[in-house]
Amino acid sequence: MNNDSNHLPVSKQFYLRELREGFGASWPICLGYFPIGLALGVLAQQAGLPWWAVLLMSIMVFAGSSQFICIAMLAGGASLLSIIATTLVVNLRHALMSSALAVHLQDVNRWFLSLFAYGITDESFAVNMVRFRDQEWSKWSALGVNQLANLVWIISTVSGTVIGQFIPQGAFGINYALTAMFICLLIYQLRGAIFLLTALATALIALAWYLLIPGDSYIVGASMGGATLGFLIKRWQRSEHGTD
Amino acid sequence: MELTDYMLLFAGMGLVTYIPRWLPLLYLSHKRLSQWLVDWLSMIPVAILTALLTPILFANASPRTLDLTKLELLIAIPTFLVAWRTKSLGGTVIVGMLLYWLTGMLW
Repeated sequence: MNNDSNHLPVSKQFYLRELREGFGASWPICLGYFPIGLALGVLAQQAGLPWWAVLLMSIMVFAGSSQFICIAMLAGGASLLSIIATTLVVNLRHALMSSALAVHLQDVNRWFLSLFAYGITDESFAVNMVRFRDQEWSKWSALGVNQLANLVWIISTVSGTVIGQFIPQGAFGINYALTAMFICLLIYQLRGAIFLLTALATALIALAWYLLIPGDSYIVGASMGGATLGFLIKRWQRSEHGTD
Repeated sequence: MELTDYMLLFAGMGLVTYIPRWLPLLYLSHKRLSQWLVDWLSMIPVAILTALLTPILFANASPRTLDLTKLELLIAIPTFLVAWRTKSLGGTVIVGMLLYWLTGMLW
C-alpha cells in the first residue's frame, strides 16, 4: 500500500490517507451489511433473479430496504412502475439526511457532492454525522465511509445468490449488528436534555404512526415531528434565558 | 424478465432513490443557511435514529402490534449501557451481537 502511494504527489497521498480513515470508520456498517446482503441475495435467487440482476440492482439502487421490497414485489408479479413508485416513497427519507449533511459540506464542489450523494444511507449518514460533529472529519473520509459500505453491500448481495443458502439463519447474532450500531449512534446524539426530549417525543410519534399507518411513512413523519418539537423547545428556551 | 426489463426497472429505482439523496445536498450546500434551519437540522440525526429504532425494539412487524417483551428490547438495555460507558461503536456492535446470539439460544 505504502509503496504505491509513494509515487503519487503529496496531495494524492493526503486524499488516500483520509479515504482510509473513512474505511476504518466504516467497518461496523460493513459488519451489519454482510448478513443482510447475504439474506437479500438468497431471497433474490429464490425469486428467480439471476446474480447479475442483483449486481446491477445493488450498484444502481444501493438502498437495502427498497431492494428487499423490490424482490418481494417482483415475486408477487407487481408492475415495474408500481415498484419504482414504492421505491420513491421508501427512500424519500434520504432527503432529510442529505439536508442535514449539507450543513457540514458547505461550498464543496458539485461533482464531489454528486458522487457523495450516491452513498447516503441510514447507516453512513449516522456514522458521518457523529464524526463531522466531534472531530476533524474531511469530505474524503466521509466518502470513504460511504463507498466501503457500498462495496461490501454489492459483494454480499451477489454472494448471497450463490452461497447464501448454506449459512445458518441468525449465526453469531449478526442480525442484531445494525440495531446495536443504531443504539450506539443514538447514544452519541443524546448530548443534553433537549436531545433526550426530542428522542422521547420521536419514539412516541414513531410507535403510534408505525402501529396505525401501514408503510414506512413513520420514519419521515416521526423524524420531522420530533425534530420540530425539539427545535421549538430549543427556541423557547433561548428566548426564556435571553441568549441567542 | 430480460436484461432490458431489469435495466429499465433498476434505472427507474436508482433515479428515484438518487434524487432525494442528491438535490437537498446540492442545493443547500451552496446556500447561506439561516440559523433556524441549522437548528432544526441539528435535531434530525437524533430523530431519525430514534424513528428507525423504535419499531425494532417495541413492535412486531406482521401484524403490527405493540410488544414490550421482544428479545431486541431486552438486549437493547445492556447494549445501551455498553454504548454509554465505552462510547465504542465497534465494541457495542460486538457485545450486542453476542448477547443477542447467546440469549436467543436460551429464549
